[in-house]
Amino acid sequence: MAFMTDRKRVIGLGSAKSGTDHFWKTTVTSVALLVVVPMFLFTFGPLLGAPYEEVIATLSRPFPAVSAALMLIAGFYHFRLGIQMVIEDYMEGLSRKVAIVVMACVSYGLMALGLVSLAQIAL
Amino acid sequence: MVQFTLPRNSKIITGKTWPKPDGATNVRKFQIYRWNPDDGKNPQVDTYFVDMDACGPMVLDALIKIKNEIDPTLTFRRSCREGICGSCAMNIDGINTLACIYGMDEIKGDVKIYPLPHMPVVKDLIPDLTHFYAQHESIMPWLETKTSAPEHEWRQSIEDRKKLDGLYECVMCACCSTSCPSYWWNGDRYLGPAALLHAYRWIIDSRDEATGERLDDLEDPFKLYRCHTIMNCAKTCPKGLNPAKAIASIKKMMVERQL
Repeated sequence: MAFMTDRKRVIGLGSAKSGTDHFWKTTVTSVALLVVVPMFLFTFGPLLGAPYEEVIATLSRPFPAVSAALMLIAGFYHFRLGIQMVIEDYMEGLSRKVAIVVMACVSYGLMALGLVSLAQIAL
Repeated sequence: MVQFTLPRNSKIITGKTWPKPDGATNVRKFQIYRWNPDDGKNPQVDTYFVDMDACGPMVLDALIKIKNEIDPTLTFRRSCREGICGSCAMNIDGINTLACIYGMDEIKGDVKIYPLPHMPVVKDLIPDLTHFYAQHESIMPWLETKTSAPEHEWRQSIEDRKKLDGLYECVMCACCSTSCPSYWWNGDRYLGPAALLHAYRWIIDSRDEATGERLDDLEDPFKLYRCHTIMNCAKTCPKGLNPAKAIASIKKMMVERQL
């Protein structure tokens, strides 16, 4: 038990003077995804079950390739921001910090993997 | 920190069933949370039967009747009995509301009454709101000015005064904050809908000269940005206010001063 006033407990370490950037980026990427997700779905939906050569040929065209790239960038960046929010909600202490770093690595790793794969197909 | 189960000493057990009133034909069953810090027992739910033909229409009327006529040890806060003081906030039929303005005709079946969720309990239906009040104090709920005080009052246009409607009516009953999952999990750092609604009430006040400082103090991933627009606050507010909208307005101002 610590002999602290209630006001002292509420103040804690004070304001971090941050959070708006995270909020703004989450908002911008979510609005971007409103456009990018339909673009991606309409481009790649018809390819489900299509032959290998047709899929490769489609991905080599500029519009489907850009749609896929935007989906990978906006999607995984939005995921990285959102998952940090979830971790902050449900975890605390050292595990919170570790989980945020791990999930950032996973998000950016998957984004990079997708972009490299796409580049190999499209270029 | 998130908790999906109650601690062992907070698990609720079945309590005492009090006898039905003699000769009553219109009887209603009440299940009420009881916890006494002095007896060392787990919380329990006691069952009471109230003669509705001799009882007022509001839940608070029934609670007062139970205390006066059945069980004088039942403990709860109440004062104004007209939704102005915010004292009798509790969880009734699964909704955080004020017992004095919640009619029993709105409840189907048994009337289940618990203290406000996820707060330490002082006794029975009384939550410990110390931290909640300290959070309110931290947002400086008063007019901050740097200009010398005018000879008469600080003037405000009718239009600017209207901006405070829907904000100043908050009675700090804590129904909203204790209905918010973000406040349950991170209430130690997240200020909660009530404190943030009050913060916005002063941020938007045309006479206040500490707008920047107020926004500075709130700009924090936990103090403000734990609000995920769940909207429980607006749904449960017994005064019909919308704290979520006030919080969204604060976030909007945060962005406006950066872009």
